[in-house]
Amino acid sequence: MRIDLEARQSRSLALDIGAPIIALIAAILLGGLVVWLMGKSPTRAFSVYFIEPLLEGWSLQELAVKASPLVMIAIGLSFCFRANLWNIGAEGQFVIGGLVGGWLAIATHDGAYQSAIGGWWILPAMLVLGTLAGAFYAMIPALLRVWLGVSEILTSLMLVYVAELILDYFARGPLRDPKGFNFPQSVTFDDVAHLPYLAEGDRLHAGVILALLAVLIAAFVFSRTLFGFEVRLVGEAPRAARFAGFSDSRLTIAVFAISGGLAGLAGICEVAGQIGQLQPTISPGYGFTAIIVAFLGRLSPFGILIAGLVLALTYIGGESAQVALKLPIDMTRTFQGLLLMCVLIADAATRYRIRFRLGALA
Amino acid sequence: MTPAILELVLMTIVTAATPLIIAAVGELVTERAGVLNLGVEGMMIVGAALGFVGAYLSGSPLVGALAGMAAGMALAALFGLLTVGLAINQVAAGLALTIVGVGLSGLLGAGYVGLKRDAPPHLYIPYLSDLPFVGKLVFGQDAFVYGSFILVAAVAWYLTRTRSGLALRAIGDNHHSAHALGLPVRRTRFLAVLFGGACAGLAGAYLSIAYTPFWAPGMTAGRGWIALALVVFASWRPWRVVLGALLFGGATVLQLHAQAASLGLPGQLLSAVPYLATIAALMVLSIGARRNSAAPAALGQPFVAPR
Repeated sequence: MRIDLEARQSRSLALDIGAPIIALIAAILLGGLVVWLMGKSPTRAFSVYFIEPLLEGWSLQELAVKASPLVMIAIGLSFCFRANLWNIGAEGQFVIGGLVGGWLAIATHDGAYQSAIGGWWILPAMLVLGTLAGAFYAMIPALLRVWLGVSEILTSLMLVYVAELILDYFARGPLRDPKGFNFPQSVTFDDVAHLPYLAEGDRLHAGVILALLAVLIAAFVFSRTLFGFEVRLVGEAPRAARFAGFSDSRLTIAVFAISGGLAGLAGICEVAGQIGQLQPTISPGYGFTAIIVAFLGRLSPFGILIAGLVLALTYIGGESAQVALKLPIDMTRTFQGLLLMCVLIADAATRYRIRFRLGALA
Repeated sequence: MTPAILELVLMTIVTAATPLIIAAVGELVTERAGVLNLGVEGMMIVGAALGFVGAYLSGSPLVGALAGMAAGMALAALFGLLTVGLAINQVAAGLALTIVGVGLSGLLGAGYVGLKRDAPPHLYIPYLSDLPFVGKLVFGQDAFVYGSFILVAAVAWYLTRTRSGLALRAIGDNHHSAHALGLPVRRTRFLAVLFGGACAGLAGAYLSIAYTPFWAPGMTAGRGWIALALVVFASWRPWRVVLGALLFGGATVLQLHAQAASLGLPGQLLSAVPYLATIAALMVLSIGARRNSAAPAALGQPFVAPR
C-alpha cells in the first residue's frame, strides 16, 4: 500500500474547526471498540464518560476544577510547541510548584508570622513561589539546551521522575505532620493558605479564574504582541526568524519560563485549592494530559479552553466508570492516547490531501 | 568484597543492561533511518505485558518473547503509518504512542498481576562456564543476554558492511538526495520503525519473562526513555550502546545495593540516580563533542515525496 500526500493550497476555516471534532468522534468510536472488546457495553460507557457528568451541578463544578490545571499547563505548553520546542516535563514542574508553594503554607502554619503581620500575604506569596519554582525547574532543560545543545525532550522528561521523588521525600520526611500518626502527609493548610471557593459545595475554587485569565492573556500575547509573533515565526520559519534578528536562546528560555511557570502555578492551585495539604503524589498525570489538551485545542488559547473541558470530562467519567462499569483507570489513559493520535491524523488531513493506493509499493 | 560477590554484582549489572541494550539498538536503527520514535517506553511496556501473557499461557519463554516482539511491532506499525505515511510530527506521535502503550498494557495485563512463573534457564556453555570468575559472567547467561550481543553485532555489521545498511544511513542523512537517487525512502523508514518496535517489545518481554519475572503495571519505569538517551550518548554507534548500557546498568545496581546497605541517604535520592545519571551523561557528551554532530542529519524531519 502506498499513501500519497498532496499539500493543500489553502486552508479552509471549516476544516480547521471540523478536524478536532471529527478526531474526537473517531476517538470515541475507537474507545467504544476497546470497551466492547473488554466485554462491556459501549453505549453505557459513553453515557457514564460523556453524558452523566454534565447532568449534575456538583459534577459541573468538578469539571471546571479538573479542567483548570489542564488549561493552565496547556496554555504554557502552546508557547513551547508553537516555537517547536518540546517541554514534555510539565508534570515535574507542576509537582515542584505545588511542593514549594505548599512549603510556605506549612512553614507559616499557626506560626508567629500570622499574629504579627496577619495572614493576608500568605496565599499570594504561595502562588508566586509556586510559579517561580515551576519556572526555575523548567530552566534546567532550557539552559542545558541553550548552553550545551542537550535535547530538551529527554532532560525535561527525566526531571519528571526526579520531581516525583523529591515530593515523595518531603511529604514522607521533613514536611510530614508531626502529629499525623505517621501518615505520609503534611498538616492541613490554614484558611489563609487556601484558595477561596466561588460557589456553594466547597469545590469550585479561585484557581478556575486564574486559568481563564491565562487563556485571555495568551490570546492577547499571540495576536497583539511582538513576542507572540516571534514565537510563531521561530516555529514556522526558523531561518526567517534568524534573519529578523530574533535570538533562539532568549526565546527558548522565555517559553520554558512561561510553560514552567504556568505548570507551577497549576501545581500550587491544585495543592492550595483541591487537596489542601501536601501528599506523596499530587497529580493524576495532568502534565502529560495537558500535552493532549494543547494539541486538541490546536495550540490556540480558546481551543485549549474547550479541549481542557473535554479531557477533564474523561477524568471524571473515568472515575465513575471504575465504580459503575468496573472499567480500570487505564481505560481513560488509553482513550486519551487514542484521542491524541486521532487529532494528529485529522491535523494531517487539513494540511494534505491523502490518497491511499492499494497494491502500489511504498 | 570477595571475588564471588563481585562476580554476582557484575552478573546483575549485565542483566540490568540487557533490556537497555536491546531497546536502544532497535531505536538506533530507526533513528539512523531518520525517524525519531519517542514511543519506546510505550512499545516496551506493551511488550512486557503481552510477553508475560504469552509466556504464561504457553509455558514457553520463546513464545512470550515472540508475543512481546509482535506487540511492539504492532504499535510501531501504527507509529509508522502516522509519521512515515502521513508525515505527522514525530515528537507528538511518539508521545501519543507512549500514552496509548502505557494504558493498553494496563488493560491487557490486568488479569495477570501478581502471577509468577520461572525465569528461563541460564545456558551454561560446557567447560567455559567453569572458568574461574569470568566463567559464569561470560558463558553462563540466559538466551536473552547472548541474543542481545548477537543483535548488536548484527546491527553493527548491517549498518557498515551492507549495501542496504548504507542506503538506510543515506536516507537518514538526506532524504531528498536519497529519493532523487531512487532509494525507497518511506519503505526503508517504515521497516526501520518496525525493527525498532520489535526490539522495544523484546526488551519489555525480557523484563517480565526473565528479569523480574512477573508482570506489574508501569514496570518499565522509564527504561524506554533511558534507552532513547543511550542512543544519543552512544553517538548513534551500536557498540557504544553496549558500553553506555553497562554504565547505566552499573548505576542502577549500585543504587540498589546502596539502598540495601542503608547508608543513611534517603531512598528517594538513590532512586533518582538513574535519571540524574542520564542527564549527566547527556551533558558530558555535549561538552565533549560538537553539538549533535553525530546525529543523522534528517533525524525527526518528515518526508513528503515531491511530485
